[in-house]
Amino acid sequence: MTMQTTYPLFTALPLAAAFFNLLVTKINKKAADYIAFLAAGTLAVLAVLTVFEQPFAYRVGGFPAPWGILLVSDGLSSLMLVIVNVIAFLSIIYSIKYMTTYTAKPKYYSLFLLMLTGMNGVVITGDLFNIYVFLEIASIASYALVGFGCEHEELEASFKYLILGSVASTVILFGIAFLYSMTGTLNMPDLARQIEILGINKAVAFVIAMFIMGFGLKASTVPFHAWLPDAHPSAPAPISAMLSGVLIKAIGVYAIARIMFNVIGPNEAVSSILMFLGALSMVVGVFLAVGQSDFKRMLAYHSISQMGYVTLGLGLGLNPNVPPAIAAMGLFGGIYHMVNHAVFKSLLFLCSGSFEYRTGTRNRYEMGGLIRKMPVTSVTCSIASLSISGVPPFNGFWSKLIIIVALIQASYYVYGAIAVLVAFMTLLSFIKLQRFVLFGQLPARFANIKEAPFGMTFPLVVLAVLCIGLGLAYPFIDQSVLQAARDALLDKLSYMGYILGG
Amino acid sequence: MILYFLTLVLFVMGVYCLIAKKNIIKKIIGLTITDYAINLFIIIIGYRAKGIAPIMFKNMTIQELAEYGVDPLPQALVLTSIVIGLGVLSLMTSICLRLYEKYKTFDMSEINRLKG
Repeated sequence: MTMQTTYPLFTALPLAAAFFNLLVTKINKKAADYIAFLAAGTLAVLAVLTVFEQPFAYRVGGFPAPWGILLVSDGLSSLMLVIVNVIAFLSIIYSIKYMTTYTAKPKYYSLFLLMLTGMNGVVITGDLFNIYVFLEIASIASYALVGFGCEHEELEASFKYLILGSVASTVILFGIAFLYSMTGTLNMPDLARQIEILGINKAVAFVIAMFIMGFGLKASTVPFHAWLPDAHPSAPAPISAMLSGVLIKAIGVYAIARIMFNVIGPNEAVSSILMFLGALSMVVGVFLAVGQSDFKRMLAYHSISQMGYVTLGLGLGLNPNVPPAIAAMGLFGGIYHMVNHAVFKSLLFLCSGSFEYRTGTRNRYEMGGLIRKMPVTSVTCSIASLSISGVPPFNGFWSKLIIIVALIQASYYVYGAIAVLVAFMTLLSFIKLQRFVLFGQLPARFANIKEAPFGMTFPLVVLAVLCIGLGLAYPFIDQSVLQAARDALLDKLSYMGYILGG
Repeated sequence: MILYFLTLVLFVMGVYCLIAKKNIIKKIIGLTITDYAINLFIIIIGYRAKGIAPIMFKNMTIQELAEYGVDPLPQALVLTSIVIGLGVLSLMTSICLRLYEKYKTFDMSEINRLKG
């Protein structure tokens, strides 16, 4: 009951913290760390508490549903809130030490909290235009954060990201306007009902194409991926972790999933498009990743490839011709992989930040033998590498296995084979990474480096424990919050019911 | 109908400017034009010939209001969208200035350190 009244805090709290952060630091420079830490910590606790709530809809300002703005809490949004806020909290802890190498730390925290506001907003809202607004808040903050270092490459990456991201936002707005002109409503449960009546006519198909392009660009599926390998490595490490670990999921994949499943409903054409894009992302991402020498750039390409698995799983779940049990299994695999990817990819980016912090380079061929000098960072980095490459019993293995088994059972043999091949290529690429960074000869100039400070290793250890925990807990995961998230997506009827509020 | 077509023309012009021009200032202008094309589109959705403000006065019947009152929502949406567009535009121009400081050029084909 208490959660229902505090639900808007997920956007209000970081927004207020971002604002007061800048004011308070005029008086006291140190306060920024504490404000950001407290705000993100509170949000993480609140997010974990939402998991235990029954689904509910919150009416902003008390207006009845089709007219006012709805905030919806169900299995999927509480799962996303937990991912977003927990990883944001860990990134903030990491930033306290890491960001001392940059200037203007208070501004960094304010932008970070604004990005958090946007992501939380996209996840909790039940109104299509609200999704656009929050998506723009998150995107604008992330454009600025990508260019935060203000060096040549960072500015260039930020500008590219900004142009492509703005085109995507424009296209999304176009889709929303089109949908509004057809149905006269922006409330997503209400839209779901209207589209049920309209059916998938040409106009709705056009809107679907707009959304796949717009949100696909935000999620960096392959034909729209060009900005990601530039933007994600250019940001400071905790921001890379947020962008790759959370942002592309919250404003890309989550938005696609919510709109396609709950508003438009299962549809074969959309399903085959998503599956094709997913498979394409997997292959292109992993092949481009293998040859990269920059540590973070390689991780960014792997993000594209791993998000392909998620899109593939979602696409399979969206297909109405597949038996429901198998479709649900594919969708479950997709959601599970999304959670896992958030954990291990943010861990990898934070590790790369720790290596960069001590060695001053991101070129993996210049590193070597770091396991002797930085044991904690190296061990957590290996755990994450094993997870992402799908070695049992780590978490990545189970989610990939579920997706592949679901694909085979639904007789998508080609996609199944591609998924296996990509898993193998990922393993190859990360073995190469380990060989060059963690093992091998320690260059003489790194003879005196030390382990990263505690504030930076602590989040790494927490995330590594999560990697192992999510893998070992696999037998129990069936009855967990993941199941609730899957059911929330598959149950369009009860989503339409949120229009009644309460 | 012709109005919708004109917004489409505006949109396509903006996209052309964004893709074909190398100067980043022109790219920014192109993006702004696409943005305004969409804003115009939303306004046209809410347009009604002989429309009046959707306020119920004493001497009006509910039928009159339903017949002539315009839909206020698209205008609210456009206001929000214009403000967001302003935010993006100011960020774009400031990044553009910083780029000029670093590279001493506005030509996108010379700003090409990131590859692969």
